[in-house]
Amino acid sequence: MAKFEEGLRYSESHEYIRVEGEYGYIGISDYAQHALGNVVYVDMPEVDDEVTAGEEFGAVESVKAASDLISPVSGTVVEINEALEDTPELLNEDAFANWIIKVKLSDPSELDKLMDAEAYKTICN
Amino acid sequence: MEKKTCLYDRHVALGALMSPFGGFIMPIQYTNITDEHHAVRNDCGVFDVSHMGEVRITGPDAERYVQHIFTNDIAGAPVGQIYYGMMLYPNGGTVDDLLVYKMGENDFFLVINAANIDKDVDWMKQHATGFNINLEHQSDQYGQLAVQGPQAETVVEEVLGIPCRELKFYTTKVVGDLIVSRTGYTGEDGFEIYGTHQFTQQAWDKLIQSGRCKPCGLGCRDTLRFEVGLPLYGDELSADISPVMAGLSMFCKLDKPEFIGKEALEEQKANGVEQKLVGIELTDKAIPRHGYPVLNAEGEQVGEVTTGYHCLSVDKSVCMALVKTNYAKLDTTLYIQIRKKVFEGKVVKKKFYDKHYKK
Repeated sequence: MAKFEEGLRYSESHEYIRVEGEYGYIGISDYAQHALGNVVYVDMPEVDDEVTAGEEFGAVESVKAASDLISPVSGTVVEINEALEDTPELLNEDAFANWIIKVKLSDPSELDKLMDAEAYKTICN
Repeated sequence: MEKKTCLYDRHVALGALMSPFGGFIMPIQYTNITDEHHAVRNDCGVFDVSHMGEVRITGPDAERYVQHIFTNDIAGAPVGQIYYGMMLYPNGGTVDDLLVYKMGENDFFLVINAANIDKDVDWMKQHATGFNINLEHQSDQYGQLAVQGPQAETVVEEVLGIPCRELKFYTTKVVGDLIVSRTGYTGEDGFEIYGTHQFTQQAWDKLIQSGRCKPCGLGCRDTLRFEVGLPLYGDELSADISPVMAGLSMFCKLDKPEFIGKEALEEQKANGVEQKLVGIELTDKAIPRHGYPVLNAEGEQVGEVTTGYHCLSVDKSVCMALVKTNYAKLDTTLYIQIRKKVFEGKVVKKKFYDKHYKK
């Protein structure tokens, strides 16, 4: 069964964001990694790239298919999770511990449009 | 509305991810593609391939008819021999790729792709004029299992009780009402067993319950066939892709007196083709997928990916691609556009892992 971690904000396209001050850690939900199956490649943006809420910033690839990553917020990429370059399967092991990008939020009010764990769980069922 | 095979309920009960393929609702994976892939490479897996189509051709002109519609040469073949080849349009484009089983003198069993069944049967009927043959479309009568992997021989003999040890690669025999052949689509040793729906269901249950054979979905069937360079109709062969373009000329016998499409292939051999199928190996781990553009150093599109994966048996991102012929030489540097980025690769042989057939 998929896990739904409390305290995070979720998007309908199955990304989560963990907010710490003016930064947010963005990844894919446990439900999403489960649906994808074995992750074999993560296509990440570069540090200093701009991301926009609702727009694609990379992709997660399973053996069979590529799924776009959609940013839940707008901002600037300040860090990428380099461990995923060589070990993409970390997303299958623990999707919440292994965020994909760290973003400096440009419009924290965008967070209000995202779901809490309870609401997100409802759309997954 | 997709058709179901006779094993549909069993796939659902096993929790398979089901998806449409070739007009059928088929299992893509039971657990995950990677584990199923390695089960076939290292041990044994069973596939439900009952979606494949079957046509039986009999009658006084059966051999002459098959020679007319099929690119390979079956003249003088021993009973039990199997041939791979294509049916072609007169312009050399591919109607389908198929197996022809010689079951007896003037008695042939043709195995065709699920997605092409209606088109193929129509094609065969249209070109049967002037031949004294009986053409029986039997797809709905047969279930088909593919037992594949280095342990396949032992599993088929011990779990199913079907003697198959003496069957040579690409030969077939009849066992009761079954047709058994040493064939497959994985690059491993293995067998394909055509039987009634009832037999197929019982054999499937025995294989799964034995614990010696992993249920495998079409997901790994594609990764397995891809990395040993086997073509899939719709990707590497199509009405626009001839066997010469796809590098499959060895299955087209131009020394045969005639077959549909022969003149077009002779012309392609003599004058060359504009595009060829190649393998491309990327330096990065990014994964090329069907339809992604292939670019030259100047950034002009010179081709398109037909199938691509991060190869599971060798840790590399590779693809097959149809490219302009002047970019098809080995070691040519090419680029593949993957979403917004462009990745460098080079042309390699379109076989990324060696086959392990038992001949």
